[in-house]
Amino acid sequence: MNTLAASDILNKPTDKVTSVPDTAQEAFDKLTETVGTPTVENPKMQTRNVNVFYGEKQAIFDVDLDIGQNEVIAMIGPSGCGKSTFLRCLNRMNDTIPTCRVTGQMSLDGEDLYGADLDPVLLRARVGMVFQKPNPFAKSIYDNVAYGPRIHGLASNRAELDDIVVDSLRKAGLYDEVKDRIDAPGTSLSGGQQQRLCIARTIAVSPEVILMDEPCSALDPIATARIEELIDELRENFAIAIVTHSMQQAARVSQRTAYFHLGKLVEVDDTNAVFTNPQHELTENYITGRFG
Amino acid sequence: MSTTTLFLLTIGLGLASFVYGRSRAYAIAKGNGGVKTLHSLPSHYGMMVALWCALPALAVIIGWKLLEPSLISNMLDTAIPQTVLDGGEKAVELYKNDIGNIVDSDKLSAVTDAEKKIAAERLTNLRSTSSLALFVLALVVAIIGAVIALKKIHPQTRARHKVERIVNFFLVSCASLAILTTVGIVFSVLFESARFFQQVGFLDFIFGTKWSPQTAIRADQVGASGSFGAVPLFLGTLLISFIAMLVAVPFGLMSAIYLAEYASRRVRNIAKPLLEILAGIPTVVYGFFAALTVAPALRRLGESIGLSVSSESALAAGAVMGIMIIPFVSSLSDDVITAVPQAMRDGSFGLGATKSETVRKVVIPAALPGIVGGVLLAVSRAIGETMIVVMAAGLAANMTANPLEAVTTVTVQIVTLLTGDQEFDSAKTLAAFALGLMLFVVTLCLNVIALHVVRKYREQYE
Amino acid sequence: MSALEKTSSSATTERVKASLTKRYAAEKRFKFYGIFAISASIAFLFILLASIVSKGLPAFTQTYVKLDVSLTADALGIPENATRDELRKANFSGVIKSSMRERFPDVKKRKEKKELYGLISTGAQYDLFDLLIENPAVIGTDVSMWFMADDELSAVIKSKADLTNPDSLVTRLSDNQIAWAKDMQDAGEFDVRFNSTFFENGDSREPELAGIRAALMGSAFTLLITFALSFPIAVAAAIYLEEFAPQNRWTDIVEVNINNLAAVPSIVFGLLGLAVFINFFHLPRSAPVVGGIVLSLMTLPTIIISSRAALKAVPPSIREAARGLGASPLQVVTHHVLPLAMPGILTGTIIGLAQALGETAPLLMIGMVAFIVDIPASVTDAATVLPVQVFLWADSPERAFMEKTSAAIMVLLVFLILMNAIAVLLRKRFERRW
Repeated sequence: MNTLAASDILNKPTDKVTSVPDTAQEAFDKLTETVGTPTVENPKMQTRNVNVFYGEKQAIFDVDLDIGQNEVIAMIGPSGCGKSTFLRCLNRMNDTIPTCRVTGQMSLDGEDLYGADLDPVLLRARVGMVFQKPNPFAKSIYDNVAYGPRIHGLASNRAELDDIVVDSLRKAGLYDEVKDRIDAPGTSLSGGQQQRLCIARTIAVSPEVILMDEPCSALDPIATARIEELIDELRENFAIAIVTHSMQQAARVSQRTAYFHLGKLVEVDDTNAVFTNPQHELTENYITGRFG
Repeated sequence: MSTTTLFLLTIGLGLASFVYGRSRAYAIAKGNGGVKTLHSLPSHYGMMVALWCALPALAVIIGWKLLEPSLISNMLDTAIPQTVLDGGEKAVELYKNDIGNIVDSDKLSAVTDAEKKIAAERLTNLRSTSSLALFVLALVVAIIGAVIALKKIHPQTRARHKVERIVNFFLVSCASLAILTTVGIVFSVLFESARFFQQVGFLDFIFGTKWSPQTAIRADQVGASGSFGAVPLFLGTLLISFIAMLVAVPFGLMSAIYLAEYASRRVRNIAKPLLEILAGIPTVVYGFFAALTVAPALRRLGESIGLSVSSESALAAGAVMGIMIIPFVSSLSDDVITAVPQAMRDGSFGLGATKSETVRKVVIPAALPGIVGGVLLAVSRAIGETMIVVMAAGLAANMTANPLEAVTTVTVQIVTLLTGDQEFDSAKTLAAFALGLMLFVVTLCLNVIALHVVRKYREQYE
Repeated sequence: MSALEKTSSSATTERVKASLTKRYAAEKRFKFYGIFAISASIAFLFILLASIVSKGLPAFTQTYVKLDVSLTADALGIPENATRDELRKANFSGVIKSSMRERFPDVKKRKEKKELYGLISTGAQYDLFDLLIENPAVIGTDVSMWFMADDELSAVIKSKADLTNPDSLVTRLSDNQIAWAKDMQDAGEFDVRFNSTFFENGDSREPELAGIRAALMGSAFTLLITFALSFPIAVAAAIYLEEFAPQNRWTDIVEVNINNLAAVPSIVFGLLGLAVFINFFHLPRSAPVVGGIVLSLMTLPTIIISSRAALKAVPPSIREAARGLGASPLQVVTHHVLPLAMPGILTGTIIGLAQALGETAPLLMIGMVAFIVDIPASVTDAATVLPVQVFLWADSPERAFMEKTSAAIMVLLVFLILMNAIAVLLRKRFERRW
């Protein structure tokens, strides 16, 4: 089987990818509209006609997608399909890349994400992010969690801050494991614990949406199971968008699933529907493991 | 025959034996059925002969040259008049210097003193005998070496191994030279310091508060206690280094942060080389700048607001030293800041931190060990810096914390004590080595700690 | 009720909004500190360079005075067909003095005469001597010659100051001298020319006669020794540590040692040189050979470290390929790795040598601070180097020496910039990305 690097695929989005059966490739080339139901009622976030460019290269093509209240939406697709790029647009993390350009409309509760009124700092406080590799700061466990509330001025005194930290650690299911060493460096924890610490750090700011970029890809199965449980619990309070490589994970944790391919959103629907009865040929190929 | 000629001659002999050895190897190979029958390439045999020829001879020449001066000096004793010998070691030394000058400047005919003439002639004789003997010895050694090696050329000889072993030995010795240098430094300062501490108590030196080496130059006052108290020098060094750090750390660190986190590629491409130029300017230039531009300017400024500023103020020397160290701090900090993983910054941005919050609260704390290591190295540099303080700081050993007054430093005193003509054994000159010992020990400790910290830091993010 | 519910999402929005103004102000301030720090550092550089250049530029020119001298054998006090030795003893200064008196016949008083003679450099007599040696036929004739002016006068003329108003001048010239100078200036008897003396002479007590030739030669000899010693040794050490050294304690010690040596204050190397090479081995004081040895010990760590980096940058695949063809480890290094690493090694060497060229402190320790008039001809002659010459002149009170100091610094900086430029070019030209 011929394997192609992610960047190759990105470079030549219209070239034939040999691993894709010809009929599917034709279907992809013809694809202008997403299959399934990209919109939901009463969405938390909305995106319309989103295109993303890195310099001259286009990474995302005309994506329309809604993220509903209190739902977990999983984004799946082969490497380099643009799912992470799309995710990073949702809290403007791509601003830190100088060559990156975003067009189209994106909104949070009807407010334009890239509008003049919405400050990126405020946006990121409302739309938190958990990254692929656990990235605790070189600080104590306590200070890691307290970091967000501190910079945003969310606690007016020490007691309040303590409350927030303990509560966040509890919600992240980490409190019992670290309560005796809350001043130990965050980096002294195990990989799974570090990732839960990062989640605790994110929810300490009380965001409305949490974006997760392959949060389990660096973890072992047990730690992964723990995080998946956590995601399910968090759904009560937050809307969650999760990018994942693992179809099983998507099936386990999400209510809706979006399938990306070479920068296009191919299909999006209820998770069950996508996995049991995919409408598009590409989705079917991916789900049945014919490429990816 | 001058040493240079002899040196070149030996090397020429070596080259010749290389060519000859190689052709011998070819000849032998021909008789035995081709080069393939030899264990090594013909050029290896050539190399073997060349090394056997030149190396021992060169060793003889270098050894001879190192020992020659003291040997000749001893042998000269027989030609020195008793009256001078009675005058003690120093008189003899002086007399010998005199004779040496006469011979060196070729003024033998102009000498009227008969005794001196005899001694000078003796010296000329000794020198020519010595150089002739060396010439003969070196040639004999070279030829014997070459002959032995030539005899060894036959197909079974593992010439390549022999040559490579010698080369390997050479490589190892070169690498070990660093150790030898350190040992040399330690011994040279340690021995002279030990002699100094025989005359002046160690504690008097370390804790004494009065520094006036000039009073001790008279023979009856050697070791006069109290005049070699080094505390004022230590304090002066600390004061100036502190001022330098006050300038260098904020400017260097902020420059590094700006270059690493904020500056566009273009700004970085311009600013970095400019900082490197600042780092490449010789310290003597900074010294000149401090003494003739900054110090008078500070003085005028002080006068205009009614402050009395010494013309050799610690402030001028320290500030200019700080400027010199800015690029040092900035490039070390730049390295450690860029080593902080991007993921950590992303984590902070993802929580809604601004850039400066990310830098101040995430990047800098993460880079702190590395930055501290860099600052320690900078402190060590400030303490050991010589020319700026020699030119811009004073000689007055004041105990003061006022940066507007003149202070002196360890390095200034080392230079002052060792330049000019003193006999080598006086407490005054030996004191310089004791100061050098202190300087070496302190900077070595700082360096070891700093390098260790930086290394550990690097490993953490690798 | 949990703390998180208290700070509910809408509360978060409110609080963050409230904090934004302050945080953006802090952001701006922080960025400003950065810009300020970097621009101040660069400003320091330019102030330093500007101060040196503005002080040093005048030293590259020198004022000459036109004087008619009558070179009669009588006045010179020499016999007919004088030999070189007799010419050397001729009364040149008398001749010059008398022509000065002729130029200003009104000057009668002893003190005034002395002032008058002070306008011409004491080097004038050597110029006359050179003229007579070159062309003995001028003896007995009157010649019109340009002589060097004294440093104070030279400075005043070069500065194009207004001589009619003596009070406005900052000079040690007396009012009489200024008046005479004005007279000569009006008569067109001054000429400001390029100061070739500065590049041809050794040191001198007279600023207008002092030059950097001796120091330049000293620097060249010292650097030659430094290069000859440090380059092969450093390359050998780097090759050993990078290619052959086993991973053991000894190698570790050597490595730590080299890194530490790189940070040892240079003056300590001077102490080493004094104690070992001068007092123990009795090598000559003030000689470039000792200076070169000391500086090479000092630059060794720098060159070793950069050579190792260059060797490390050669990809292992090249070593494997060569070894696969049956080359011995030594052949792998000498035939393949070393040539590829050479540009990097040379770059490091040049930077190390540039450092050595600017070094002063250790050379003071081994007596290279001597007052050197004669241009050194070998590595064992007493010599000084350019930075030490700067140090020596910086101490002199005469204003003209300050000019010379700055000018010598400019020459030194030009050499350093050249060396660094070569290093940068080398790096750019041969830089390989594997």
